[in-house]
Amino acid sequence: MNTEFMIVDNMPIEISGEKNVLDVIRKAGIDLPTFCYHSELSVYGACRMCVVEDKRGAIHAACSTPPKAGMELRTNTPRLRKYRKMILELFLANHCRDCTTCEKNGKCKLQELAQRFGIKQVRFNNTSTDSEMDSSSLCITRDKNKCILCGDCVRMCEEVQNVGAIDFAFRGSKMRVTTAFDEPIANTNCVGCGQCAAVCPTGAIVVKNDTVNLWKELSTEDTKVLVQIAPAVRVGIGQEFGLPEGKNAMGRIVAALRRIGFDEVFDTTVGADLTVLEETGEFMGRLQKGEKLPLFTSCCPAWVKYAEFNYPQLMENISTCRSPMQMFGSVLKEHYSHSHKKVVVVAVMPCTAKKAEASRDEFKENGIPYVDYVISTQELIQMIREAGIVFSEIEPEAVDMPFGTTSGAGVIFGVTGGVTEAVVRRISDDKSISALRAIAFTGIRGMDGVKEASLDFNGREVKIAIVSGLKNADNLIKQIQSGEKSYDFIEVMACPGGCICGAGQPVAHGDSKKSRSAGLYEADRMSNIKRSEENPVIMALYGGLLKGKTHKLLHVKYHRKG
Amino acid sequence: MQTKFDCKEIDAILQSHGYESNQIIPILQDTQAKYRYLPKEIFPYLSANLGISTAKIYSIATFYENFSLEPKGKYVIKICDGTACHVRKSIPILEKLHKELKLSESKVTTDDLLFTVETVSCVGACGLAPVLTVNDKVYGAMTPEKVEELLAKLKEEN
Repeated sequence: MNTEFMIVDNMPIEISGEKNVLDVIRKAGIDLPTFCYHSELSVYGACRMCVVEDKRGAIHAACSTPPKAGMELRTNTPRLRKYRKMILELFLANHCRDCTTCEKNGKCKLQELAQRFGIKQVRFNNTSTDSEMDSSSLCITRDKNKCILCGDCVRMCEEVQNVGAIDFAFRGSKMRVTTAFDEPIANTNCVGCGQCAAVCPTGAIVVKNDTVNLWKELSTEDTKVLVQIAPAVRVGIGQEFGLPEGKNAMGRIVAALRRIGFDEVFDTTVGADLTVLEETGEFMGRLQKGEKLPLFTSCCPAWVKYAEFNYPQLMENISTCRSPMQMFGSVLKEHYSHSHKKVVVVAVMPCTAKKAEASRDEFKENGIPYVDYVISTQELIQMIREAGIVFSEIEPEAVDMPFGTTSGAGVIFGVTGGVTEAVVRRISDDKSISALRAIAFTGIRGMDGVKEASLDFNGREVKIAIVSGLKNADNLIKQIQSGEKSYDFIEVMACPGGCICGAGQPVAHGDSKKSRSAGLYEADRMSNIKRSEENPVIMALYGGLLKGKTHKLLHVKYHRKG
Repeated sequence: MQTKFDCKEIDAILQSHGYESNQIIPILQDTQAKYRYLPKEIFPYLSANLGISTAKIYSIATFYENFSLEPKGKYVIKICDGTACHVRKSIPILEKLHKELKLSESKVTTDDLLFTVETVSCVGACGLAPVLTVNDKVYGAMTPEKVEELLAKLKEEN
């Protein structure tokens, strides 16, 4: 077949299966601006920033125009520049312009494009009335005054997560993105995954910021502040400080946290190792009895909430294991229970839903949560900057004892398929290095939304599914219910790609997923402990602190019914 | 999500449309025909039965002017304020109605749920201007005085 070409700004560009002209143009190295285009979402064509002009002078939105051979387009004509500026001016007209106090300041797409196109004045009056912020959720904060109606959040919530907590309401100039009957978002079926905030180009939906109270806690004399760092954080943070995307920056994070004033710094991977042992034990038990299968993982709090809302009958299939963060939180509180200081446990997470998880009643003892504060990677970045730490120059340090060693199996929890791989390593009899490598090639790695694998366990075929993105999870459950599919073990992560693409992470671009997951797999390769059960810390815990307390500290029964 | 609302009537409506999610607009129309508005309580029930989120149904219900989320009166009075009616003095009629029924632009239904007063752009009866409709009955060549009589008559009927 002959290669097809189109002409963009007088340059011939090859068309190689792109769905729209926008992708072809961007491939040519032209950064055509957009607000409402995300390749993983359906095409909406609302923001009109990606307009292009054909040779007859007709204007098209590049995102919703399929490429054709011989097409001749221009992306930067006086007319297009005028239109773009006008659109930006109109966007800015009824947009809250208090940039300096906005959570999104410096990361806002509207701010960036207004600067890029040199919008120096806005000639129109703001006719919209101020509406109140919605701070009801523990995960996200909504500010309608900053919404530009691009609908990215609406499509993410519905198409990728199958939640549909928010949608457009009313029409014309009264149109806004809101919940049914304008209810506070906390009263809806929102699961707190925060993916709406991850795609929001402005500050209309942002991750809730909990750093103010945390700073207070850090400067209180008689408080012992402990911190745990989730696996995904170490490969998400670097890009914000000029390090290569996906580079493992764990050592620097540890050093930075100590400088900020945390008393002890630990790695959530210890919690992940505990999860592997507990969950594998539970899975083996269920396999032998042949009951409550398939077993769904319980690490992802957004998934747990989704199941509570939509599939209450499946709750008994969900592992009773607490998430790694919660397991480690309760272990830390137990370990330091005799401390004469007030002990505060902080978790640095790639996740927004963890904020809500930490304050669930199930994870409190006498009203005190096991994990007192959850901050996102983004909030940690802000704290590092606020403290004046030059992250790229800081010398890496190691985490504290007695929880100082972790396994490679635990660290890959941060990527889709990681929990499964860790469990498979635990249950497979062959502990050789070649067997370990073989596991990686059973189909459980990679960024696909749905993955399947099967393995032999004592002569029985164990069928495994790994899904990320709640829509994928929902489809899979429907297939199981209809009898089309059957599995024994199902790993579910709400965010597409797993925790590395959590909404608490710096926004992922094109290859972020790949490089972040590569970063975690490298950490696994470089770890001299491959399996959770070989981690001496874990062995010591089972022999000591956890004796007779595994159920109390590591498991949970969720009370809420959807 | 359970609701205390009597869902049998909704079930009949859903059944007549085969529980198809793409029939949401006719389903909402039938529901409104039954209750004269869309009660908040039915949203979770429709959502659960049709597999559409409540936010999406709310989106549809607020997009179309014809759907009402507030209970409407037994008599829905629509005053035409199209060009022809407007120049033939429809506004004094509206003002008279508002005064008589203690209503305003923001409060359109009387507390006893007897009357709702709305304006519409054109009912297509320009020859009878100024015109108003009560439910589906058309009253032509209206004046503020005639409105008074009409209201008295409607009140008497009850």
